[in-house]
Amino acid sequence: MNKSNTILYLDGVSVSFDGFRAINNLSLVLDKGEMRAIIGPNGAGKTTMMDIVTGKTRPDEGEVFFDGQVDLTRHDEAEIAMMGIGRKFQKPTVFESHSVEDNLMLALKAPRSIFPALFHRRSAAEARRIDDILGIIRLGDKRDELAANLSHGQKQWLEIGMLLAQDPKLLLVDEPVAGMTDAETEETARLLKDIARDHSVVVVEHDMHFVRELGVKVTCLHEGSVLSEGTLDFVSADERVVEVYLGR
Amino acid sequence: MITQRFFSADRRIAVTIVALLAAAMIVPLLNLAVSPQSAFYIPPYIVALVGKYLCYALLALALDLVWGYCGILSLGHGAFFALGGYAMGMYLMRQIGSRGVYGNPILPDFMVFLNYKELPWFWYGFDHFWFAALMVLAVPGLLSFVFGWFAFRSRVTGVYLSIITQAMTYALLLAFFRNDMGFGGNNGLTDFKDVLGFSVPADATRSALFAASAVTLALAVFVTAAIVRSKYGKLLMAVRDAESRTRFLGWRAENVKLFAFTVSAVMAGIAGALYVPQVGIINPGEFDPANSIEVVIWTAVGGRGTIVGPIIGALLVNAGKSWFTGVLPEFWLFALGGLFVAVTLLLPKGIVGVWDSWRGKTKALRAASLAAEAGADAEVPQPKIVRSAARTPGAWSATGSEPQPAG
Ligand SMILES: Nc1ncnc2c1ncn2[C@@H]1O[C@H](COP(=O)(O)OP(=O)(O)O)[C@@H](O)[C@H]1O
Ligand SMILES: [Mg+2]
Repeated sequence: MNKSNTILYLDGVSVSFDGFRAINNLSLVLDKGEMRAIIGPNGAGKTTMMDIVTGKTRPDEGEVFFDGQVDLTRHDEAEIAMMGIGRKFQKPTVFESHSVEDNLMLALKAPRSIFPALFHRRSAAEARRIDDILGIIRLGDKRDELAANLSHGQKQWLEIGMLLAQDPKLLLVDEPVAGMTDAETEETARLLKDIARDHSVVVVEHDMHFVRELGVKVTCLHEGSVLSEGTLDFVSADERVVEVYLGR
Repeated sequence: MITQRFFSADRRIAVTIVALLAAAMIVPLLNLAVSPQSAFYIPPYIVALVGKYLCYALLALALDLVWGYCGILSLGHGAFFALGGYAMGMYLMRQIGSRGVYGNPILPDFMVFLNYKELPWFWYGFDHFWFAALMVLAVPGLLSFVFGWFAFRSRVTGVYLSIITQAMTYALLLAFFRNDMGFGGNNGLTDFKDVLGFSVPADATRSALFAASAVTLALAVFVTAAIVRSKYGKLLMAVRDAESRTRFLGWRAENVKLFAFTVSAVMAGIAGALYVPQVGIINPGEFDPANSIEVVIWTAVGGRGTIVGPIIGALLVNAGKSWFTGVLPEFWLFALGGLFVAVTLLLPKGIVGVWDSWRGKTKALRAASLAAEAGADAEVPQPKIVRSAARTPGAWSATGSEPQPAG
């Protein structure tokens, strides 16, 4: 298969933990600029798939390519992040003892070595970028608030904001609306659709209303491989998908 | 301009620096220029004692940089302190020259006694102060760099890291006990005569060493505060609270830790170097793992992650120790253990933490009563921390319960 126009290309990927195959011959292709929703029951391997892409877990076999040519299995987390893959964790993970603004500042695209950080002074361009992102993630009035004091939903947004600050090409977003109110969920769908206009995005989510809201191609994972792929209507009509979801 | 922002940002740190600089001038003055009959006279033994405490405070501050701000619970900081002390001790030994018991102009007494024929190569250069001063920085710095490079790269964290730091200091303890190591074995290095041409036991020298300790501590407070306030310092706390988050943002968490660990070890080495001429001896006992644990207790008592806390903790606990060992020597270890348990259970943020929350509460109360007086039931401002110096993550578990991504 031709990788040239893909942002993410997984082929025949498998990984086992103590003999348990969490990912089993998984193949998944994401075109440049595409947004994809990934669904699947708990334990299907969705988070593990992101671990593999971001360098946290090494696959036992299979190919993982970014941007058509970069073999991700040869790089570690920090290198992969610098290449332009941002990741939001399933459990929102922000720097709780820092202000919202400082969280973004640490994520902002800039040299990632010690001495520049030690002598860093915020530039006007950086301040503007932080303002922009605060606007995008609807946290403009929380700039000086400690991240610990944010609501669960606001932490999710802050984490998405941190991804944006990294200026990645590809965003992997793991369960962004878990624990959100309906209003927040809708807002998040709008936010992600905005982001998807100039980024490639993979969204893992259980919430079917949310996935419908996104209106993109859906991949259903089950036991570490792709069960079904297509529009949401197609996938949710697929007998095997119905069985997997109802069978539990 | 930087200093301006720096001072307004935290008055407490500015006050500490000013107090230390003032002590550096006033204490020597009250010792040297005031008649012993005067009520203001400070006797030399107090000068030496407090000077020693200031070195401990510097050691605690060094530990705080890695433990309080990066969650690395080092139980081996006493080793860096002792290495700095040995480097200084080697200089002081070579200053003795032919005034030793055996009168050998090159070999220190213990080497003559142990039938050394010539000076071991690693003693070369220590007759120069500048060389010894360089080694005070380089030896602890290099050891911590190499140690940290391996430990952080292999992602050893939490209790495991604490255990290997203990093992490191224990290994050094055993090594320095050996006579054939060339560091004076069990007895260590002592009987110092001169430092930079001044007699070590002279009052003026002691006062000068006191002043040097106070000024160095003030400088270390300034540097640590500047580090902690920088973007790097924020990153350091970010690594403490959510290491994997920093990695997925592209930061190399191992390098972040390594830098702090090395800076901290160098600070500990300087503390040891200032300590040795003031106590007049350095021996392998300084590598005792229990010493490193005591440093953790001082830091915990004062309040980790607060810069000023560890200094207060080191001064108070050591003053307590001096008093206690005078009155009830056999109970000191129980008292220390009890103190640690009490602080852990009752004051997890130490003295400074308690002070902060008390201040926060009284401020809120005052605001509330003002609002009540004004007759308006204005909103009571909650005591909210807008910018915490440092959170205490994972309370006391050495593992530091960093939020990891759910699997
Ligand atoms: N590091 C690991 N060690 C052992 N088992 C793991 C690890 N990571 C994931 N798993 C297992 O792999 C399976 C897939 O998990 P995960 O990717 O988190 O599923 P999902 O995100 O789709 O709910 C689960 O059964 C989980 O227990
Ligand atoms: Mg998951």
